[in-house]
Amino acid sequence: MALLSITSPHTQAAGNTGSFMRQVIYATIPGVAALTYFFGWGTLINIVFASIVALTFEALVLWLRKKPIMFYLSDYSAVVTAVLLAIAIPPYAPWWLTVVGVGFAIVIAKQLYGGMGFNPFNPAMIGYVLLLISYPLEMTSWLPAIGVDGGRQSELDFLSALSAIFISTINSETIDAFTMATPLDTLKTASRNALTLGEAVNNPVFGTFFGLDIGKGWAVVNLGFLIGGLYLIARRIITWHIPVGFLVGLFLFAAISNWFNDTYGSPFFHIISGGTMLGAFFIATDPVSAATSNKGRLIYGFGIGILIYIIRVWGGYPDAVAFAVLLMNLCAPTIDYYTQPRAYGHKKPTRTNAKGGS
Amino acid sequence: MSRRLWDFPGGIHLPEEKSLSNQTPIKKSFIPKTLIIPIQQHLGAPAKPVVDVGDCVLKGQKIAEAGGFVSAPVHASSSGVVTAIATHPVQHPSQIDGLCVVIETDGKDEWIEHKGIEDPLNASPDYIRDHVREAGITGMGGAGFPTIIKVSPSSESNIETLVINAVECEPYITSDDMLMRENADEIIIGIQIIAKLVNPKNILVGIEDNKPDAIAAMQQAAKNAADHGPTVEIVTVPTKYPSGSEKTLIKVLTGKEVPSKGIPAQVGIVCQNVGTAYAVYHAIVLGEPLIQRVTTLTGRGIKNPGNIWALIGTPVADLLEYAEVEQGKLSRLIMGGPMMGFTLHDNNIPLIKSTNCLIASTAEELPLPGPEQACIRCGTCTEACPIQLLPQQLFWYSRSKELEKVQNYNIADCIECGACSYVCPSNIPLVQYFRFAKGEIKKHTAEVEKSDHARVRFEANQARHEKEAVAKEAKKKAREVKAAAKAAAKVAKKAEEEAANGTVNSETETKPVAVDELKLLKTAMAKSTKVWKDAEKALAVAESSAAAESSAAADDQTKIEKMRAKIERLKIKAETAQQKLKDFKEKENA
Repeated sequence: MALLSITSPHTQAAGNTGSFMRQVIYATIPGVAALTYFFGWGTLINIVFASIVALTFEALVLWLRKKPIMFYLSDYSAVVTAVLLAIAIPPYAPWWLTVVGVGFAIVIAKQLYGGMGFNPFNPAMIGYVLLLISYPLEMTSWLPAIGVDGGRQSELDFLSALSAIFISTINSETIDAFTMATPLDTLKTASRNALTLGEAVNNPVFGTFFGLDIGKGWAVVNLGFLIGGLYLIARRIITWHIPVGFLVGLFLFAAISNWFNDTYGSPFFHIISGGTMLGAFFIATDPVSAATSNKGRLIYGFGIGILIYIIRVWGGYPDAVAFAVLLMNLCAPTIDYYTQPRAYGHKKPTRTNAKGGS
Repeated sequence: MSRRLWDFPGGIHLPEEKSLSNQTPIKKSFIPKTLIIPIQQHLGAPAKPVVDVGDCVLKGQKIAEAGGFVSAPVHASSSGVVTAIATHPVQHPSQIDGLCVVIETDGKDEWIEHKGIEDPLNASPDYIRDHVREAGITGMGGAGFPTIIKVSPSSESNIETLVINAVECEPYITSDDMLMRENADEIIIGIQIIAKLVNPKNILVGIEDNKPDAIAAMQQAAKNAADHGPTVEIVTVPTKYPSGSEKTLIKVLTGKEVPSKGIPAQVGIVCQNVGTAYAVYHAIVLGEPLIQRVTTLTGRGIKNPGNIWALIGTPVADLLEYAEVEQGKLSRLIMGGPMMGFTLHDNNIPLIKSTNCLIASTAEELPLPGPEQACIRCGTCTEACPIQLLPQQLFWYSRSKELEKVQNYNIADCIECGACSYVCPSNIPLVQYFRFAKGEIKKHTAEVEKSDHARVRFEANQARHEKEAVAKEAKKKAREVKAAAKAAAKVAKKAEEEAANGTVNSETETKPVAVDELKLLKTAMAKSTKVWKDAEKALAVAESSAAAESSAAADDQTKIEKMRAKIERLKIKAETAQQKLKDFKEKENA
């Protein structure tokens, strides 16, 4: 009788990293649906295209590294990176933008560091920042949401979205004819031009949402990602610490700043504009590059929230989730070091290295 | 009556699988054909066999006595003949065989003479201690630490609480549950007996809320016993793995934490398993040593799961056969629970005092873990850890063998409950990594100790060599003195004789042959002079060495004195010989 000789434990919870990652992808559905509703088919096309590109690059590098290809592809991490990057870039961004961004994210930011689990930075955000710095025009070419005065979103169907992405024209017009500044961009320009908030929100990209002046469509998109994020918390894929730290940091800073000068936008405006909810629940919570203890996660999220506000208001870019996340990725090991929990039977938390230091 | 409870961080909720085995009463024991009784069933030193092959033993007879302070005696579980005292496969994580006393049972199950006491609560603590020790009682929950040590707290430790662990938090296991349902009164008395030894201010029995029948039975029994002895409080604790670990249970019931690397007594707590309390009852009230226990036979690889009173030393194969194992379906055989138990590599391994469960699982029931994936630092393990360690950091450093870092992350506090491995989405066998690291640390520590030891020995050795060299030198000098003295004495004697001869010769032989006489006289003179000079030299050496050797004995001094006297005599003789030669020459010339 051949009996198995294995050490304990002998039982394991169902699920694996692949199912973990698939949950993240499913959770983007409400947000992506809202994006698609307000901004057309572009986001969906980008998601599919980016996923294919990501899997191709991942497979290529795994092949070069002589790693089992299907084993690693089935953890869905490449797809998650692709989906998050595809959501973050403008819906009608040209196809090569996706290829460059996703390729850089997978090959440089992930695989060159050792692949899954070893990357110090969030690969999707590295890809995003690369694109933002290298191709600022393409990366800020957002089309206005459906229903914006002067916007031509309603003219766009699936085929024109495809042609916008892959041949950069829509019915023989260039994409420029359709783009408008985003609400965050508008606000930034307005504050630079010393306009008041009241004047800024007269711009057609703004609408009202429960009495609040918010970019048209953006509040719903953010709510979509919020719902997806709450789903992830409920499924215990992520904990509440990073999103709460993130949103509290952003809200608090916006509130304080708003107290002195209201041209920067209200705290409510900030937490449901731009990439806030996507960032809080999907980007900042990437476990590989985030802080690990619960206390550390709160600090980490809080730091991202503050940085987002600072960059949005005083920095050179209209939105800042990517920069803020990457900056806090840098801090994660230090945060981990100072936020170790107190182990059972110990009087105080150990500071590793401190006593072993050589 | 609700008592404040504390929560512990982390923990997991597991599929319980307890209803597989807790539907029927505990079955009576059966006598296997062969009993294989390991002499080490406890933590500490192995017991020493006190029977020989061929001996007839009775049920309850001691077959091995405690082999040290931390040790426990072992008794025959039934009557029969000792057929072997040899190594045999036992439950061991590294599958190492252990020494066992093998008894061929005679089926008579004949008891050795024994008696208990009717009023255990009036027995003296010393009586109770002696009988607990002699009954070979060890912790029945798993680790098997000799009970006598835990119930003999040092006089200065003030025990506040006696905690009785009846949590049974591992899935599948129902032996404590069934024991409490059927023998609650005896257990309560057992607890009260233990309380006599540790004198706690309060006694808490922790039972998980998934055992309502056991809780009810114990509460009733506690009420019944309230007039006779100290109050035993039954506390229902929420079901969460691993609340039955000593450390976590103490936290849940008292809010206190056992210090790292410390013992519960340091915070005024003694913790005992509920099965141990029952064994104590048996030992004191019935006078029976620990020779049987309730064990759960469960898993989907057997047709007839349930609990049984099993004799210690019963081969697992017999128990499986009794529970109607389906050999074709059996894939994993576990002694203990699915979270912390050990797989058995051989089904002829015997049941021991701490065997609370045997799981005969099918491949579908406990499938092989999936292939290990990369750690994504999701932190699920950290959330599951009841000790608040950082399993992912421990994993990282265990894998890279950075032992110092692993230790700094408190690996020593890991209780190996397996919660982290259970929840890991990447199927990383974290506990295995930690065991590996702990083993490496142990090895490393042993090596460091060994090299330290070797260094100390080397230094001691060198010091000894130096001391020896000095002593040798001293001895050598002393010997030289002696030898010189001896040589001088010898030479002196010879010279005396020769000088005497020489004079005689010179007297007797000068006349007949003048040339010969001259020659003889010359030789005698030269010899006596040489002897005298040599003696003087020897004296000088002896004197200088005696001076150098402050420890030179008094008799050395007297020897030197004697030598001086002898030299004087030699000098005279030599001078006489010289004079004679001179005279002879003058005579010749004249």
